[in-house]
Amino acid sequence: MSPSMRSMTALVLCGAAIALAACGEKTAGAAKKSDVPAWQGSTGASAYMANGWKAGDQTAWEQQLRNRTQGQNEYSRAAAQP
Amino acid sequence: MARMKFICDAERCIECNGCVTACKAEHDVPWGVNRRRVVTLNDGVPGEKSVSVACMHCSDAPCMAVCPVDCFYRTDDGVVLHDKDVCIGCGYCSYACPFGAPQFPSNGTFGLRGKMDKCTFCAGGPEANGSTAEFEKYGRNRLSEGKLPACAEVCSTKALLGGDGDVVADIFRNRVLVRGKGSEVWGWGTAYGRPATGAPQPAKPEGKKS
Repeated sequence: MSPSMRSMTALVLCGAAIALAACGEKTAGAAKKSDVPAWQGSTGASAYMANGWKAGDQTAWEQQLRNRTQGQNEYSRAAAQP
Repeated sequence: MARMKFICDAERCIECNGCVTACKAEHDVPWGVNRRRVVTLNDGVPGEKSVSVACMHCSDAPCMAVCPVDCFYRTDDGVVLHDKDVCIGCGYCSYACPFGAPQFPSNGTFGLRGKMDKCTFCAGGPEANGSTAEFEKYGRNRLSEGKLPACAEVCSTKALLGGDGDVVADIFRNRVLVRGKGSEVWGWGTAYGRPATGAPQPAKPEGKKS
């Protein structure tokens, strides 16, 4: 191979290396993580868990929250006085 | 499936800021960030009205629509949350939100704007429920403990109601009908005119509008 051919090949290889350098780069933006539904319960201290439902039971959790929400209704605790 | 919602009864709110304090304490919210605040209209004038405001967990949330990095997501329960690892703190959500819910902590030497922080309906974030990582970024996850948001549960006059939207709407409807005033306002029928199936029907006071 002639010297000029060699330098040309080297130049092409360098160019290709520079051009393809970014191909191995990871995506800059972080991916959004997926969340776990609340009815699956908490991994925190069990002392903070409210009584009346079991972690992992979606129906029980929904009922627990409905009951708790209804606890904000004083008319369900005392008869309404018009 | 529940659709979690807040509602604040301006006729009952006494501007005690108990909800604000409960939120701050429950989540160790940093100085300068207010996930919830009490707004008073005509302050000092007889008949002033106060209302407790935070993220309303909109069904069609504008913050989600404008976020350039798509860091928001909605849980199965209708709670609008975001991933702080994706948030770039640009502030677009703050401009889009009609309630001023998105907050930005100032940190660093030059008061650099940090990542967005807002009310989570006490539902934490994408980290494992109840984990230390979740608490440090988003605060307590009370929903996964079978509890409602601290602000609503602590409200002394029960002005601030939080929970399943249908149940909350039933409570508020009943209240206004018993009160005998307020149900004549525009939009009442659309917002509160249809009780959830099986909900108790309040007795309509005689001679008063519904």
